[in-house]
Amino acid sequence: MTDDATRALRDAIARGVPERLILADIEDLRPYECDGLTAYRTVPRLVVLPETAEQAAHVLATCHERGVPVVARGAGTGLSGGAMPHADGVVLSLAKFNRILGIDPQNRTARVQPGVRNVAISQAAAPLGLYYAPDPSSQIACTIGGNVAENAGGVHCLKYGLTVHNIVALDVLTITGERLTIGAGALDQPGYDLLALLTGSEGMLAVIVEVTVKLLPKPQVAQVVMGVYDRVDAAGVAVGRIIAAGITPGGLEMMDNGCIRAAEDYLHAGYPVEAAAILLCELDGTAEEVAEDLARVEALMRDAGASDIRISQSEEERLRFWAGRKAAFPAVGRISPDYYCMDGTIPRKELPNVLNRIEALSQRYGLPVVNVFHAGDGNLHPLILFNGGDPAQLHRAEQLGGEILELCVEVGGAITGEHGVGFEKINQMCSQFAKDELVQFHALKAAFDPKGLLNPGKAVPTLARCAEYGAMRISHGELPFPELERF
Amino acid sequence: MNAQTSLNRDLTEDLRRRVLDAAETRTPLAIRGSGSKEFYGRGVRGELLDVSGHRGIVSYEPTELYLTARAGTPLAEIDAALTDSGQMLGCEPPAFGPGATVGGTVAAGLSGPRRPYAGSVRDYVLGVKVLNGRGEVLRFGGQVMKNVAGYDVSRLMAGALGGLGVLLEVSFKVLPRPVAECTLVQEATQAEAIERLNRWAGQPLPLSASAWDDGRLSVRLSGAAAAVEAAAHTLGGERLDPVAAEAVWAALREQTHAFFAGDEPLWRLSVAPASAALALPGAQLIEWGGAQRWWRGDGEAAGLRARAAAAGGHATLFRGGERSGEVFQPLAPGLAKLQAELKRSFDPHGIFNPGRLYAGL
Repeated sequence: MTDDATRALRDAIARGVPERLILADIEDLRPYECDGLTAYRTVPRLVVLPETAEQAAHVLATCHERGVPVVARGAGTGLSGGAMPHADGVVLSLAKFNRILGIDPQNRTARVQPGVRNVAISQAAAPLGLYYAPDPSSQIACTIGGNVAENAGGVHCLKYGLTVHNIVALDVLTITGERLTIGAGALDQPGYDLLALLTGSEGMLAVIVEVTVKLLPKPQVAQVVMGVYDRVDAAGVAVGRIIAAGITPGGLEMMDNGCIRAAEDYLHAGYPVEAAAILLCELDGTAEEVAEDLARVEALMRDAGASDIRISQSEEERLRFWAGRKAAFPAVGRISPDYYCMDGTIPRKELPNVLNRIEALSQRYGLPVVNVFHAGDGNLHPLILFNGGDPAQLHRAEQLGGEILELCVEVGGAITGEHGVGFEKINQMCSQFAKDELVQFHALKAAFDPKGLLNPGKAVPTLARCAEYGAMRISHGELPFPELERF
Repeated sequence: MNAQTSLNRDLTEDLRRRVLDAAETRTPLAIRGSGSKEFYGRGVRGELLDVSGHRGIVSYEPTELYLTARAGTPLAEIDAALTDSGQMLGCEPPAFGPGATVGGTVAAGLSGPRRPYAGSVRDYVLGVKVLNGRGEVLRFGGQVMKNVAGYDVSRLMAGALGGLGVLLEVSFKVLPRPVAECTLVQEATQAEAIERLNRWAGQPLPLSASAWDDGRLSVRLSGAAAAVEAAAHTLGGERLDPVAAEAVWAALREQTHAFFAGDEPLWRLSVAPASAALALPGAQLIEWGGAQRWWRGDGEAAGLRARAAAAGGHATLFRGGERSGEVFQPLAPGLAKLQAELKRSFDPHGIFNPGRLYAGL
């Protein structure tokens, strides 16, 4: 904290927040310089960790009055740079909002503070036979506030929906520090559906200070079928046939050979390391339902050319089948100094085509890509492997990632299925949306935050940025100015 | 070309010109599909903007689990197409009239008996094409199951009663029809019904609809044949034959059930599902596992609203009664102001269905 303005800002915040909750020294600020997307870092002016909504409201009101940007942050596990600080701004950490305020067994809801970890909700509800369905891979660390901000998904959202389908009420603070309550316990609210709008709004519209989530009864039985394939496109065909048959699996995931090998090296889950792809299909429900669907899925997988099929015979085995999938990112982290995780979605039928084209792009850029994805809902997670110590490789990884996302848009999909746009995919928003749509997004934001202080520079690009990006767009891997730094 | 496809028209350009003219002359527009839900919300004084001619299924890929249709497409046409492929709209929306359209279904945001177990209209909206108040044709969301690029404007349109824009096209997520269904009827008091429904909802049972009326609790089970059989055995009760069962749920969905007959004002109280029986004079009909309660009467609105709010919800004057005041539960001042700003961001001249949702919105 070197300048007078920051000192004055800290003093103003300290009028409503104890000094011990305000971080201003560089060594204290440094841990907040990035989220799960570590390639982009910015040190904020201050970090404030309020313990009450009143304190958080004071921080917002103070920043609003002074025109200071505010970036809300949960556990910082996001993969799109959504919680990356603003150099002139304050990071508002909700980490201390970590209490489960109440579980209502009759109405099957849990009222929680935003800093509660995703998995902690299910753990607290477990004695009642209930759980919270959305389960992003980072669920042991990520918080529910961040899940709402990103509309997080997970392996089981194919059947049970995304965060937006699993929350019933929110308490938020506006940029002026005003507290608004949206919903209470009923299934709907009067007026425009702000619950839907705020979910996935990436901290651009309001700051979440309380969430009421739906709890579901735990399925009686869950079993996983693992289909082993010698060809990736055959696995893609199997996915289409399972969905077309009217089966709604609890989860339907695919891993390609690179990912299978990485996961097997890491965890020894018993994956077939020679396979081109494996499918993991979880079926859950009553014992009768699962038995019926298992037989159908097994037949469909075999018809699509599975060389081997394994069915989990115990809960332990089911968890082992999933362990490799859930640890795919850290597993890949062991085989490459750095990786860059993409999050595009595509129509399921485009799977084989898109995988082939990603492979071609991978070769063109000279960077390996391994694939793991939520196949059932067409949500890809290509992981681009590179060495961040080599600036040229980082640069190529970004280029390759951008091309993969544009490929997703080209085949009728989207640039992000569950990770959010954040800072990372802001340029690709220019491919996803037309000018008038971006203008509408900015108008919508201004309805909540006229001064543009909540998480500025994220999620929705300015038209100027798109114009610049358009001019700089690179095709066929030819970098016109490889020495120039760009984002 | 069959009879239906010959009616398909893309009137985007005509509608866009109408909106541009209205914006220029600050003329309010009353957006209308078939008028099947005209009774709902507050009255609108404006020039008629008929969207019913803008119709046709634009694309439907059963294996991709989505259907895209123009706003004027009759709901019946969609239902027929989905039924042909063994699929359905999971939210089971009411038509409330033979001509009900896709646009009206989404704008009203009303869901049917399956709602508490499978999700609402907004839960099934994947994407929209809309005209905003500047006469711009905008697309949000898409046809894929997961998409978090940009603000979720698509779902915001559900239940907005046309106040934010003219819906041109909607993409829905669709679901396979359940292989088996079974409806059971048990005797129960209102309190017993609420208790049973919420206890069952906390267990892994394939529930797909529920209603209580006049001492009779009806529940529907849907799913794999063996699962439905096992659950029916667990729950017990009189089993309805499939035709009678279909009639029960259709009568509730379309409000042709005797409870809804007559001119007495109809109130909808949306509450937390396990809320105790609401002490109101006269009969009530309960749906959605206890979360949707219907009451007939000329009750004093403020009292009903306070009661609904205390039960975690809100009250709507659904049909009939005195409709010149607010029919939806008034919003807290902060929320009301924000909603007005939000409308202005889409409809700067206030030309779309002004006052339909709230006075001044």
